[in-house]
Amino acid sequence: MNVDLTTIWAFIIAFSVFAYVVMDGFDLGIGILFPWLTVGHGRNRAMNSIAPVWDGNETWLVMGGGGLLAAFPLAYAVILPATYPLIIAMLLGLIFRGVAFEFRHRDERHRAFWDFSFFGGSLVAALAQGMTLGAILQGIKVADRIYAGSWWDWLTPYTLLTGLGVVAGYALLGACWMIWKLEGDIQDKAYRLAFRAGIATLALLAAVSFYNLTLRPDYQERWLAMPNILFTSQVPLLSAIMAGFFFYGLKKRWELAPLLLTLALFLLGMAGLGVTIWPYVVPDTLTIWDAAAPESSQIFMLVGVVIILPLILAYTGWSYWVFRGKVGSEGYH
Amino acid sequence: MFDNADALLLARLQFAFTVSFHFLFPAFTIGLASYLAVLEALWLKTGKALYLDLFRYWVKIFAVNFAMGVVSGIVLSYQFGTNWAVFSDKAGPVVGPLLAYEVLTAFFLEAGFLGVMLFGMNKVGRGLHFTATLMVALGTLLSSFWILAANSWMQTPQGHSIGANGQFIPANWLEIIFNPSFPWRLMHTVTGAYLTTALVVGGVGGWHLLRGNGTPQVRKMFSMAMWMAALVAPVQVFLGDQHGLNTLEHQPVKIMAIEGHYESHPDGAPLYLFGIPNDSEQRLDHALAIPKVGSLILKHDPNAPMAGLDTVPDAEQPPVAIVFWSFRIMVGLGLLMFTLGLASLWARWRGTLYDWRGLHRFALAMTPAGFVAVIAGWVTTEVGRQPYLVYGLLRTADSASPLAAPAVGASLVAFVVVYFAVFGVGIWYLLRLMHKPPEPGEPDPERTEREPIRTAGIMPGPAQHPGSTEGAP
Repeated sequence: MNVDLTTIWAFIIAFSVFAYVVMDGFDLGIGILFPWLTVGHGRNRAMNSIAPVWDGNETWLVMGGGGLLAAFPLAYAVILPATYPLIIAMLLGLIFRGVAFEFRHRDERHRAFWDFSFFGGSLVAALAQGMTLGAILQGIKVADRIYAGSWWDWLTPYTLLTGLGVVAGYALLGACWMIWKLEGDIQDKAYRLAFRAGIATLALLAAVSFYNLTLRPDYQERWLAMPNILFTSQVPLLSAIMAGFFFYGLKKRWELAPLLLTLALFLLGMAGLGVTIWPYVVPDTLTIWDAAAPESSQIFMLVGVVIILPLILAYTGWSYWVFRGKVGSEGYH
Repeated sequence: MFDNADALLLARLQFAFTVSFHFLFPAFTIGLASYLAVLEALWLKTGKALYLDLFRYWVKIFAVNFAMGVVSGIVLSYQFGTNWAVFSDKAGPVVGPLLAYEVLTAFFLEAGFLGVMLFGMNKVGRGLHFTATLMVALGTLLSSFWILAANSWMQTPQGHSIGANGQFIPANWLEIIFNPSFPWRLMHTVTGAYLTTALVVGGVGGWHLLRGNGTPQVRKMFSMAMWMAALVAPVQVFLGDQHGLNTLEHQPVKIMAIEGHYESHPDGAPLYLFGIPNDSEQRLDHALAIPKVGSLILKHDPNAPMAGLDTVPDAEQPPVAIVFWSFRIMVGLGLLMFTLGLASLWARWRGTLYDWRGLHRFALAMTPAGFVAVIAGWVTTEVGRQPYLVYGLLRTADSASPLAAPAVGASLVAFVVVYFAVFGVGIWYLLRLMHKPPEPGEPDPERTEREPIRTAGIMPGPAQHPGSTEGAP
């Protein structure tokens, strides 16, 4: 691996995707868990806990998409047509999810409808994102710099599995966020939801991992051949350890640790993704260097990222700090 | 599949629909963010609660509008790839970084400070809260800067070379950003957004004055909006004229279509006020013309020769009728805005600004005029650069994704249904908020309509009503 501009950009995009997945992940997760939260009081508090930050969280999705167009235009031009219905579904889901934040406060009589829109939008967006990930991992047909497959290629048992995995993972993040930010009966509920979402996430993660090995011969090679396996085996091993701590933490009713351990699990998932696909963006077809933008584009943007990204992280952190602490219930003010 | 004319047409319809619908929201957000910053600044400076009332009134409307702008905007950032893959591959190296800068400098700034602006008045000091409002306003302007740089480069491309793989390779970023049509387009668009907002604020003010709710808050916002209309509409007329001259220099064919100049005029071109463009016969039917005025406006010389569409091959011509009419709608509405501004000055001079019902009705009728005008303006410039996506270099027909027509058709239907349903309801909520007049002691939205967000670290501050005791110099 030679560290060049293209490699740096691959890491910047990966960072954006990871930031999106974990940050909007808990927003979407709360949406997915909405039906399990008590109507009115419980749901209001859950939503209040993310209302000031969801928009910033979602911006990482635009950063990932815009960054991909800028740094790897060919990958952007191939992956999006290949997963067309998924992307459209995700965008529509995010519309229903996003407007629900404002609309459910504006219209008491139709609050049930906007609650459902918040749940349904979050679920569809999460499922579509997970299936898009699966569609990339299972491979995309490309000929002459354009997508060459049909428009149902993305729908396979494997992509359904990855879609469900992401839904479960987001639900887990959402539950852990609620454990951290809320208290009382809704926090008790969040502990129970986190336990169930944790089981589901780990089961689906394991299923996807095994399925992955049968998906393409080179994936098996990458994970199981000597000496790779000495390194790659650390990923599931560490995941198992994190999972152990996670369930122990739930039992001990730790408040912040379940969220941090879940983040660690997602980070390990990201590492696993790297093992599976690096240095390709489309497996076996396009490497990051094939898809990379010209150097003049990469340098111009890198200047902006180096200067502005630390500022973004600083004021995003400040915004979280302003809204720190438990989100209370009525009657406290 | 690539020559599939149906799929191409559907993809174009889809983009036109989603981008037009989206732009309604930022056209209002850009102006309203600045207006909120002005209101908060006036409150902090004078300590008058009236400004805080107006801030709280409009910030609720801002929040709903902003949310719709965000979710409809994300669609666009992915639609380049889903529907315009060849464009994304070829022009991505130029357009992509401009959009990435928009995300980095504008979207994160808006989103990062929006939470504090909406929910944080009791959690941070006034200075910090004002800073947050300023940052949101700055974000909307930076966003305009980058997205219009990208759009303008597609209209008047420069500063690039073309690589062996067909990609546009950036060579000089300053030339790319500050391309010839960028400065005028930026000023014209941002001014248009300010005017759009002023007309909404003025229309809401006029509505409440007509209904007899002439509270000091209503009077103040009506007066501020009428000042904007009076001062900014003339500026916009000037900017529009300059933008047109710039287009004549760099995209003369677009001007021919706007003017309905099918034929060349070696001795000075007329100004066609009306007419029915007839592309197949290449002539303007039933034309109503003022001789020589076309040349007078565009060349500042009544006898200056002007080439017509007869000098342009058919395959290089935009559809004239759309451009011809959308331009006239925009200009007509612009002149009405100018008239509203003049009428308000007259009323102010006569001392009847809050009593002249004719003016209030005029202002109310003009409420949607800004939105219609900005969309008509965008239709003019976007349809006028057809058949190209990157002017002169990449045709729209060669830019689309390899998608089957049913896929694009289905997604188009989905967008139309969802946008009209969801955003229709959202706009209804906006109208409902505007239906209620701003009142003295306008409640803090955070404390009444939502359950309060209690923090462990900071005790909730006292209610933010300084009255006349605080903030005054």
